Amino acid sequence: MTMQDETIVSAVISILVENESGVLARVIGLFSGRGYNIESLTVAPVEQSRHQSRINIVTSGTPQVIEQIKAQVGRLVPVYRVANLTQVGPHVAREMALVKVVSSGEARTEALRIAEAFRARAVDTTATSFVFELTGATDKLDSFIDLMRPLGLAEVSRTGVAAIIRGPRTI
Amino acid sequence: MNATPNRNDLKPNTRGHGADIVLSGAEVLLRVLVEQEVDVIFGYPGGAVLPIYDALFKQNAVRHILVRHEQAAVHAAEAYARSTGKVGVVLVTSGPGATNAVTGLVDALMDSIPVVCFTGQVGVPLIGTDAFQEADTTGITRQATKHNYLVKNPADLARVAHEAFHIARSGRPGPVVVDLPKNITVGSAPYAPASRAPHPSYRPRTEPEREAVVRAVAAMKRARRPLFYTGGGIINAGPQASEALGRLVRKTGFPCTSTLMGLGAYPTTDRQFLGMLGMHGTYEANLATHGCDVLVALGARFDDRVTGRLDAFSPDSFKIHADIEPSQINKIVQVDVPIVGDAGRVIEMMLEEWDRQDGAPDPAALGQWWQQIDAWRGIRSLHFEQDRTPSAIIRPQYAVRRLYELAMETGRDTFVSTEVGQHQMWAAQHFQFDRPNRWLTSGGLGTMGYGLPAAVGAQVAHPDALVIDIAGEASTLMNIQELGTIAQYRLPVKLFILNNQYMGMVRQWQELLHGSRYSESYSAALPDFIRLAESFHAKGMRATCVGELDDVIRAMLAEPGAVVADICVAQDENCYPMIPSGAAHNQMLLGPEQEGEVKVSAEGRMLV
Repeated sequence: MTMQDETIVSAVISILVENESGVLARVIGLFSGRGYNIESLTVAPVEQSRHQSRINIVTSGTPQVIEQIKAQVGRLVPVYRVANLTQVGPHVAREMALVKVVSSGEARTEALRIAEAFRARAVDTTATSFVFELTGATDKLDSFIDLMRPLGLAEVSRTGVAAIIRGPRTI
Repeated sequence: MNATPNRNDLKPNTRGHGADIVLSGAEVLLRVLVEQEVDVIFGYPGGAVLPIYDALFKQNAVRHILVRHEQAAVHAAEAYARSTGKVGVVLVTSGPGATNAVTGLVDALMDSIPVVCFTGQVGVPLIGTDAFQEADTTGITRQATKHNYLVKNPADLARVAHEAFHIARSGRPGPVVVDLPKNITVGSAPYAPASRAPHPSYRPRTEPEREAVVRAVAAMKRARRPLFYTGGGIINAGPQASEALGRLVRKTGFPCTSTLMGLGAYPTTDRQFLGMLGMHGTYEANLATHGCDVLVALGARFDDRVTGRLDAFSPDSFKIHADIEPSQINKIVQVDVPIVGDAGRVIEMMLEEWDRQDGAPDPAALGQWWQQIDAWRGIRSLHFEQDRTPSAIIRPQYAVRRLYELAMETGRDTFVSTEVGQHQMWAAQHFQFDRPNRWLTSGGLGTMGYGLPAAVGAQVAHPDALVIDIAGEASTLMNIQELGTIAQYRLPVKLFILNNQYMGMVRQWQELLHGSRYSESYSAALPDFIRLAESFHAKGMRATCVGELDDVIRAMLAEPGAVVADICVAQDENCYPMIPSGAAHNQMLLGPEQEGEVKVSAEGRMLV
């Protein structure tokens, strides 16, 4: 018998679902009911004509748990496809953040300088505040927000991860 | 009941414009039931389903059985499904009707029983307003069902209702709820026959991969200490799967054990059958599971009642696991050969591969294995001593044994349902099942109160059969109101109560784990079951000592109508053998004399 691997790994699960009422509740209810983690979640229609939505969930657990998540989600009737992108191979995972910084003087200048280095765009500017828009991998957003903390970070709104396989393959 | 003429009235018009006919939603629903070959539904009326009850009143194709509580409707439908292989159908009203049904739905979900439950709902414009008898039924039952629907558009009604049957019965079967707002059933709706097109997203796999079966059979041919571990999936796969299992077990010469849910798939009286495995399984079944080198799991799911301590479960075996539901594989136990497919198809393919592949298991090794198993059998782990003095106290195991022997003497087709607890385990250990679909019990959820409504469902499905609920006095009181249903439809159900005046399994655990502090487990203020029976127009009987037992059982079996038999049994009897929680299969307790030796670990104490 193979011993079970107890290391906790992170995984991006992409789920293509029928865009019907209650479908998100089914997926989320499954996660909470079986004690799986949700680190981030995004959902939006992707195929209007075919009534399909895509749910991307960043989760973590032992490899066995991640495999279970995939299998359990696959049981849901309105699920077309479910893929563990982390397992499938190279993929792009991006999220967007809107970051409000309220400051003046030296801190304000520093915030703007760091924003440029991160290619964050100031989408709203007042005499005392900026709202930066930043897209990228989760850890890039994390470090940008960390850097803004001493510079007057006031509020953050993040989308959660959207992900897709690199190359011609699809889920 | 001769339903033929009326059945035709409700058939969609096949000569022309079948799909264009406009009926009321309730009439559409009735047509769907007829097209799905439903002949009986179990239900309870209420405001939100009155239009459906009105449509039922005007036809004779679908028979309605009025239960006394909605939970019982679902259990009856489960037993109907389990004993016939068809989908069980339930009709309840909104709000409390639906919430009362939830326990039954989860029971069906855990035991993979195909049930379609139609629930009434307040009209669409009232949804979300806290209207009278409104409940968020789809929200409440989302985790209690395989799938559920709220029909908000009349155009969807026929399609959804047909689809509910397809989902309930296909793949791993389960309960499906269809929530029907009152304006949908009152208003007009188009009828459409069941679609032949595959479902866009739901496509369960039933045909196993040949390559996986090839690897499994190759391992079985190399086996020196093999074991079949079979479960309820084989029952769900239909009687032909059980028949194929019989051929496979005989052809290979391997021993076979079964879960609680799988009893009857392989004849329990056969020499190659080792008895049930798990917490209250036989010594030989558990030791064989522990010691085998190839474990072939068919339609079973490594439930915690079966595995005991996981890190010590069948530690040296090569594991093959066939299940129709991919999520069951590697869920609890990591296996070497996973096979996704219908149990019947897997077994047939194993039989083909067994003939196709060269070689055979080493006969000497297999002979030794059987010798070892026979030595374990020699322990006689189900043995009990019954004092035969007429005034002696009846031991519950003896009551079940005599019930089995005397029921067999009648030669009648016999169905047994149970409640949950000690009596359920004694029934599983001491009643024998040589055919599938005759054993109706609540396995996964362990629902006290399952047995009496289940007996209703089985008796409705098999009016001429002998249907017995082997019950405990505590469990059966949870749905005792079904004696009313039994009286109304003159169902000759036999309620056989092993009355020890305790919630026996609770008391047993309190004895083993909580210093015999019997907190709230005494059945105080019990009714007089004879007078209870009589008040529900049934025959009441009582046996208080060994000398009365056979006479009471014979009288019960001879009685043409319903019987409540109150069998007063030893109060302090515990259910053995037993694997204490947190222990391994080779650490079984065989009897009370070993109780002192039990050291339940701190971890085990936390397990249920």
